Amino acid sequence: MARLTLSDIHKSFGSTEVLKGISLDVANGEFLSLVGSSGCGKSTLLRIISGLETPDRGTIEIDGKAMTALAPKARGVAMVFQDYALYPHMTVAQNMAMPLIMARLPFHARLPGMKWLTPHLAPLRAEMAGQVEQVAQQLHIDHLLERRPAQLSGGQRQRVALGRALVRNPTLFLMDEPLSNLDAKLRVKVRTEIVDLHRASGLTFVYVTHDQVEAMTMSDRVALLQAGTLLQVAPPATLYAEPQSIDVAKFIGSPEINLLPVCAEPEGLRLGATLLPLSHGFKPGTDLIVGLRPEALRLSAPGLAQLRPAEGPELQLDMVQASIEDLGSEIVVHGAVAALPDIALRIRAQKSLQSGVHKIALPERLSLHAPMATAVIFDINGKRLDPQSVARRQEALA
Amino acid sequence: MSVRTTFERRQNRIAYAFVAPATLLIVLIYLAPMAMVALTSFTDYTLVSDYWEWVGFDNYRQMLADPAVSNAVRNTFVYAALFLPGAFIIPLLLAIAIQERKQFRSILELVYFLPVTSTLAAMALVWAGLMDSRQGVINAALGWFGLGPLNFLGDPGTVLFALAGISLWSVIGFNMVLFLAGLTAIPRSLYEAAAIDGADHPVDQFFRVTWPMLAPTSVFVAVTSSITAFKLFDTVAILTKGKPDHASEVFLYLTFLEGFEYFNMGYASALSVVFLGVIFIFAAVQTFWADRQTHS
Repeated sequence: MARLTLSDIHKSFGSTEVLKGISLDVANGEFLSLVGSSGCGKSTLLRIISGLETPDRGTIEIDGKAMTALAPKARGVAMVFQDYALYPHMTVAQNMAMPLIMARLPFHARLPGMKWLTPHLAPLRAEMAGQVEQVAQQLHIDHLLERRPAQLSGGQRQRVALGRALVRNPTLFLMDEPLSNLDAKLRVKVRTEIVDLHRASGLTFVYVTHDQVEAMTMSDRVALLQAGTLLQVAPPATLYAEPQSIDVAKFIGSPEINLLPVCAEPEGLRLGATLLPLSHGFKPGTDLIVGLRPEALRLSAPGLAQLRPAEGPELQLDMVQASIEDLGSEIVVHGAVAALPDIALRIRAQKSLQSGVHKIALPERLSLHAPMATAVIFDINGKRLDPQSVARRQEALA
Repeated sequence: MSVRTTFERRQNRIAYAFVAPATLLIVLIYLAPMAMVALTSFTDYTLVSDYWEWVGFDNYRQMLADPAVSNAVRNTFVYAALFLPGAFIIPLLLAIAIQERKQFRSILELVYFLPVTSTLAAMALVWAGLMDSRQGVINAALGWFGLGPLNFLGDPGTVLFALAGISLWSVIGFNMVLFLAGLTAIPRSLYEAAAIDGADHPVDQFFRVTWPMLAPTSVFVAVTSSITAFKLFDTVAILTKGKPDHASEVFLYLTFLEGFEYFNMGYASALSVVFLGVIFIFAAVQTFWADRQTHS
């Protein structure tokens, strides 16, 4: 059980500044994901928390105790590595016993061959073996204890790595992309297992991933990292619905959010040459970017699920479609704004249950609707405009 | 069905045609001479007589009773016992020390590797000069400490030490590079996992990660160094010729003496077959171990 506090963490490798002042609080028992594209510094941040790297500046505290200068073993953290980092020359049992041996056997008893020369430590060794056995049972790998890592499948190795981390009773559990070496099906399975493990153990988890699906499905909160800065730290649903900036909106959600550059005018929003008639409440002449999730764009067509009439003001948009991806239960339509071919558009539409095997055919030109309530509005610098003030302005106009 | 078998037969013919030249070369260069040596070892063939006859195991029987052979075997084992620990431990320690350096790493690697690139026959003469009992630098240095002078190559008590020292000098760089390659192949994440598990003391790191992960390299180094030890010949031939008083007469040099000084080709062949057998055992150990490593 631990509360983790990072304040103003800086780290450079040579002339490259990898972390530019990260401050983050992780609550006791929380599952926090550090997510970002490769090279954003998320793994470095995790290694700094574990003590494998030292920050150039900033402090790490666990439960209010300063950890910055402590060696990894003194921090009470456990870490699962991307490649698991199991010791290939040891059996599963030996792998899992390693943290116990290091913590509890005196130095001279750890030297090779000392097992026979220190018989008085036999009860301690037996106790550690018992602990390993217990954790192995918990993870359903007790039948593998005598095998070596090379004789295990990817999923089993993953579990051994978890076991080695668990056996030491950590206060903080760190994971560095632990699922990236597993195939897609196993990944989903282990994902649930890790979430279950988190729930059962009640430990604080910090989980690094580049996969937004992992981050969104597993975490209590997600910290989105880009180019060494935290863009936003929020629960998954908030991150999706209320991104604080365009960068966050673009990273979270697949297919990517639609971004329409518009200019506010008295009668509506101007998108290229077309005027989208809409009451909005912005000062005429303001440049804005309207973000619309692909599923917020509404499309009526045979074979697609019926749309309920929208409430509130709607934005009407013409689109030229280029391709249709049929995902079984839904379709994704790719194309561009009819008036501005440079602006890509993506729609996600639910298929109707009656559509069956029929291929969805759509005309080249589509007419879309989007309720303005679902739009996320950014200023020209990519910062999200306060939704409450936007709503107030719209109300005042209505 | 028949179409398929003719096709397969033709494929097989092509395959045999492809391996034929290499097979021929292996037979000509390795297997045929080895067979010739084995056959000669059962004869009393000498270079000075046209007449020879089959003598069965006579040469091998003679070997067991020959004091020169037991002397050579003893010398070879003493030499190996002096040479092998150094040839293994010094390069290992050097490799670990160099591996951790960022600066000068390549320069140090180069310096230690230089002796490997030099011609040992020529460098042996340099060593003879250094070890000379009257003008040698080493004896001059010993003199400062009030020791010596030692006749390194002329004293039966020191000659094997001196030869082992020269061989060590020539082989350390090579073994060090092998160990360096082995060390580089150990994933960094293992050391990181060890640090998190609490094994951050250098001694723990060595026994928990480095040493076991280095096992395949260690076996290779041990086997090749053993073979090098048992086939000691060139420095003996150049510097001591087995002297003084047969104190540096090692197995391969005795074989050479029997064959090319005393012209007893049959006997020399028998000695060669025994030598081949010993080397074969080492090679078998190496292969067996490598097999086990890849299959586990």
